Amino acid sequence: MIGLGLSAIGPGVGIGLIFAAFISGVARQPEAQSRLQSIAILGFVLAEALFIITVALAFVLPI
Amino acid sequence: MSFHVSLSEGGESAEGGFHAPGPGSFELPPVFHVADFGVTKPMLLLILSAVLILAFTIAASGKRQLVPGRLQFAGEAVYGFVRNTLARDNIGSEHYMKFVPYLFSLFMFILVNNYYGIIPFLQFSSFSRIGFVIPLAIISWFVYIGTGVWKHGLFGYLKHATMPSGVSGPILLLLVPLEFFSNILVRPVTLTLRLFGNMFAGHLLLILFATGGAALLTSGNLLYGGVGILSFALGIGVSFLEMLVMFLQAYVFTLLSSMYIGEALADEH
Repeated sequence: MIGLGLSAIGPGVGIGLIFAAFISGVARQPEAQSRLQSIAILGFVLAEALFIITVALAFVLPI
Repeated sequence: MSFHVSLSEGGESAEGGFHAPGPGSFELPPVFHVADFGVTKPMLLLILSAVLILAFTIAASGKRQLVPGRLQFAGEAVYGFVRNTLARDNIGSEHYMKFVPYLFSLFMFILVNNYYGIIPFLQFSSFSRIGFVIPLAIISWFVYIGTGVWKHGLFGYLKHATMPSGVSGPILLLLVPLEFFSNILVRPVTLTLRLFGNMFAGHLLLILFATGGAALLTSGNLLYGGVGILSFALGIGVSFLEMLVMFLQAYVFTLLSSMYIGEALADEH
């Protein structure tokens, strides 16, 4: 349980950074939104994978 | 597992009849048996999704007109989205049409099966059982490996996938196993776990808010009742979040499949 919370910190920070960069990129260059969007979602998904794997392992691994 | 045990112990000691949802909530009893083989709800839902998608695509493409009607417009919007933003941007304009049928059916299949999770009476996202996700990931794996082998030959593809260009010398000893591990072995695992984990966790959250809210409301304590109402409100919020996540996961699965195909097709730079 504590490990799950701890493992949520990393992806949380990472996803925040990704969308911060996405927002500032769109603010500077609104016409690039569609290109940036797919890149941002891709990064979001890759960062989130870590936490999802932890959730799966938390249920699978017997303690 | 400790999550499940600790929650259920706390819940039972506090108010008796409440069982916290866990992985057991996803093991539904069979609906009916066909010669000792139990047919469960997710299996029926999968068949239903195939029928729904067939009906939708046939109806949308049946009476094609120059000025599209509502149904044809919807079909064309989905098809155009998959073909242009997913396939063409990632695979490249030369070979992308070969993969559009696969990507389109993949996208529709995952989308419909995910949205089962919030449709009343169905309310079970079939991809929250990992057994239904693994075959999809394996098919995607075969498709992109097969594409690479078709384009570069067997050893050409292995070289293409494991040797980053512009690197030479002893660092290859370190890089080749790492690239092999990440490009060939881990990709189907992460594809599976991403879709399964999102659906599973989202559905678990919804169950938790609904059953927990009901248990708190019926506990008889006024303060607990207030928290129960809060829990229902949060559950509604989470449902909307889930609607977003369901679409996003279908999009991401298809996006990653097409990116892998595009990468397998890419020329040496």
